[in-house]
Amino acid sequence: MSVLHTLARAEAVAAGRAVPAATVLHRRLSARPLVLVLLTTAGEAGAPLGALAGTDRDAPELLVVPQPLDRDLRFGFFAGLAGIVLPLLDACAERTETEPATRNREETELCADALQIVVPNAATVDYLRLVGRSTRFLRTAEDPDAPYPVPAPLPLLGRWLTHYAERARTPGSSLLVAMTDLLSRHWTTGQSALEDQHLGSLLGWIDPPPGLDGAAAAARAETGRTPDGLLVSPPAGPATDPRFDNRVLAPALTRYDAARAAGSGVAAAEAAVRRLVASQLRPVWDDVWHGLDLLRALPEGAHVEERWKRDRWSFTGHRDRVVAGEPPQPRRDDAIAAAQKLAGRETAQARLAAQEALDDPLALAARRLAGEAFTGVVRDVEMAFSDGRRPMPRPLVTLDTGDLPQAEPGARVYRAVPEARSAQPADLVSVEAAPGAPGVPDAADAAVNGCRITVRLTGGMGNGKAPREGSVPAPGDRVTFTLFEHDPRGGPALPDQEATPWTHGGPPGALAVPDAPDPVTAEDHL
Amino acid sequence: MTSRTTPVGPPPAGAAVFDPAAEAARATAAILDSTLHGTARGVVVDSPPGAGKSTLVVRAARELAAAGESLMIVAQTNAQVDDLADRLATADPELPIGRLHGTDSPPDPVLDRHPALAKSSAVADLRDRAVVLATAAKWAYVKDTEPWRHAIVDEAYQMRSDALLQVAGLFERALFVGDPGQLDPFSIVGAEQWAGLAYDPSASAVVTLLAHNPGLPQHRLPVSWRLPASAAPLVSRAFYPYTPFRSGTAPGERRLSFGVAGDGAGPDRVLDEAAESGWGLLELPARHTPRTDPEAVRAVAQVVRRLLDRGGVTYSGTDAGPVPLTADRIAVGTAHRDQAAAVRGALAALGVPTGAAGGVAVDTANRLQGREFDVTVVLHPLSGRPDATAFHLETGRLCVLASRHRHACIVVCRAGVAELLDEHPSSEPVQLGVTVKFPDGWEANHAVLAHLAEHRVAWRP
Repeated sequence: MSVLHTLARAEAVAAGRAVPAATVLHRRLSARPLVLVLLTTAGEAGAPLGALAGTDRDAPELLVVPQPLDRDLRFGFFAGLAGIVLPLLDACAERTETEPATRNREETELCADALQIVVPNAATVDYLRLVGRSTRFLRTAEDPDAPYPVPAPLPLLGRWLTHYAERARTPGSSLLVAMTDLLSRHWTTGQSALEDQHLGSLLGWIDPPPGLDGAAAAARAETGRTPDGLLVSPPAGPATDPRFDNRVLAPALTRYDAARAAGSGVAAAEAAVRRLVASQLRPVWDDVWHGLDLLRALPEGAHVEERWKRDRWSFTGHRDRVVAGEPPQPRRDDAIAAAQKLAGRETAQARLAAQEALDDPLALAARRLAGEAFTGVVRDVEMAFSDGRRPMPRPLVTLDTGDLPQAEPGARVYRAVPEARSAQPADLVSVEAAPGAPGVPDAADAAVNGCRITVRLTGGMGNGKAPREGSVPAPGDRVTFTLFEHDPRGGPALPDQEATPWTHGGPPGALAVPDAPDPVTAEDHL
Repeated sequence: MTSRTTPVGPPPAGAAVFDPAAEAARATAAILDSTLHGTARGVVVDSPPGAGKSTLVVRAARELAAAGESLMIVAQTNAQVDDLADRLATADPELPIGRLHGTDSPPDPVLDRHPALAKSSAVADLRDRAVVLATAAKWAYVKDTEPWRHAIVDEAYQMRSDALLQVAGLFERALFVGDPGQLDPFSIVGAEQWAGLAYDPSASAVVTLLAHNPGLPQHRLPVSWRLPASAAPLVSRAFYPYTPFRSGTAPGERRLSFGVAGDGAGPDRVLDEAAESGWGLLELPARHTPRTDPEAVRAVAQVVRRLLDRGGVTYSGTDAGPVPLTADRIAVGTAHRDQAAAVRGALAALGVPTGAAGGVAVDTANRLQGREFDVTVVLHPLSGRPDATAFHLETGRLCVLASRHRHACIVVCRAGVAELLDEHPSSEPVQLGVTVKFPDGWEANHAVLAHLAEHRVAWRP
């Protein structure tokens, strides 16, 4: 946790409500996201109980499994979910635009938009990953050998959910986002990071209801109960409140079972279960939309569009794999795929950190405090030229800053120049404690008086002998240099799967054939 | 991680007379035999701190080159590559060496003194060289070239599995050398989804290598030439419980003394204790502090200042003459970069030079890895903390900090770390299929603390 973050938490406690942690919105919020709130059944791993889903906050679709242990009903639920999700995916997949050819790529089709899925919390993202894993290999009625065929769209839903959940692990991606993650990125509360995973309590800190401060609102969201003993703010899923399970849900399920056995009153019993599940889902649904309202009040960060385009590439790539009839994602990544994903995510993380700092002075402040960037006022610019046949401008810029960069002379630093396509590189020439109290050559003073820093600009000034207009700061300008690159690139390409070296088990060989469907086990026939 | 290592030769612990030179020579001979004449594609050598790993790499490189084999050497940082290239060229000035480097990172100018050493950023220019050295990151860009017959991978435990994946196609067989007790490689994003897979890209290269090739010969170097007799038993017991090693020097051979008597203040008393016993713990009153605890940082700086002011001299053996303890033979180790920066500031305030040009080396454990000093001053990673996170408990971090010295190690710490440890038992989730690493950081921290408690000097600044 950065010093700034600790300070913000302390301020939030003192103020009694959350303080902003960002001045802009760092993630894409689609105009029509699919909001998904899911509940599972206690004691049966991954068995869905109900869901509210939809793109219209006033008209969510309610899906309920009136007897969660019944596999047919469960697959019916997933089919219902597929009926909501797949048409939205198809709509995005069909609207494309053309990306012009570049040096490394031919002209390509790119989906103009991608479906964004918003869920209440990170646990729901994990649950969607589990649903994807458990449905993408299932066999449907189209397969004549399938002993227990499932409704046709299920495996396709599983593949898309797998893709979304996997993409959610890429830092800065917005295809599948958890509301608690979004809110805690943009506000700092007076509670711990663990407590911030409770959507109701997080919202309590950020936007407490009239008459309550953040801590009280959070406490009410966590533990407040209505006279009938149920939580005011039910858990945001996928786990349910045990007291709700025991006192209310279990008797209703029993009545439903009895009605089914008796063959009468099934519809009424099912409606009762649906009402109960809806009563737990609806407050969470409203909370998610409340969170969206709060976030939408922030202007979007400058680099968000670029990151969203990467999400669209990811979406388009998966669409193409599905259309091409490729098999579902394997159960486990092979060595090359795992290394590729890790490398891609590390690059994405570095890029995200850099872009957030460039987009948002608050994010930059944390980097400045950590000694990874410095902002100061230019004191002096001394023109100099490189040696060599064609001398190029290499001006020395001296600035005074209150920051303490943690770098040795010779380090490469970067400056964002307005209107320029890439960052301007410079070399750190010297870092000295600013002349403060006269006669005290005290480096500890640097913390008080700041430093005087000299850098030599080494690029971004055009090809002429004179630097391009506006590419060299003038005395009095306020400039920021960062020690991190602004557009970090990935490393070299990895070997092909067939060239997996002996140190990593050699080529996958037998595993290269697509995974067989999951074997049928005793648990499938409970 | 490598409790499966087979000891070479008779166990040193039980031997009546332990001849470190003979033991080390026996281990080296076995390693060279495996490398030059063995049939396995890989050989793994575990080396405790200061056990002559670089010497081994240089020796193996020369013997392979002498046998007419083409050899590439992979190290992890440019500094390590430059250091190895310099050692190799010094040991064998005739050997045609190639130093492959990135376009933006020219090698250390110190290499210019070796006429037989060629430098280039293109591997094609160096294909005729008997030995080519580069970082793993640079090797990863080398494609479409005839594989080398042999490779030596240095600091293999600090290399990530995915880095090995990128370079393993470049060689047919390899000698992997490294210290299993130091800091593990890390990733800036979560990699839990691959935990337990043999090729987990975030794991160490050696773990992946051995998971896929369990039969590879494993050797270890049995003698630490760096650590004095006062330090080797503790470091061995706390960090290498299943692969013990010994010090190359006997008790009393390494000495540290001061020309100026102590003034009775905390820093001087802890220096006297460290000169006497090889260890010193300067304990400040218990307190929760920010990471850059100003009192502790000042105490570290004062200890270093007094080390220099009191005219420290070191004796490396019974018949060795006194060598003055200079600033460049002292290191200060911290857990975080901001702590290192704060210590540098405090040292500058006391007029102590820091940095590469003959000053005190002040750095984090990650950056002190692989380096050697006469005396180290360590700001304890858990000092003043309200919690003990996995980062601060990491075994390798403490091991690096406690094993850089030839004479003495002084730890500056706030009281109450033992209680802090007891309040924070290791709670990392157990991952299926992951080899549990012994000892865990919690246990190692307790072992070191218990030992340091015997050399404790309590001081209220």
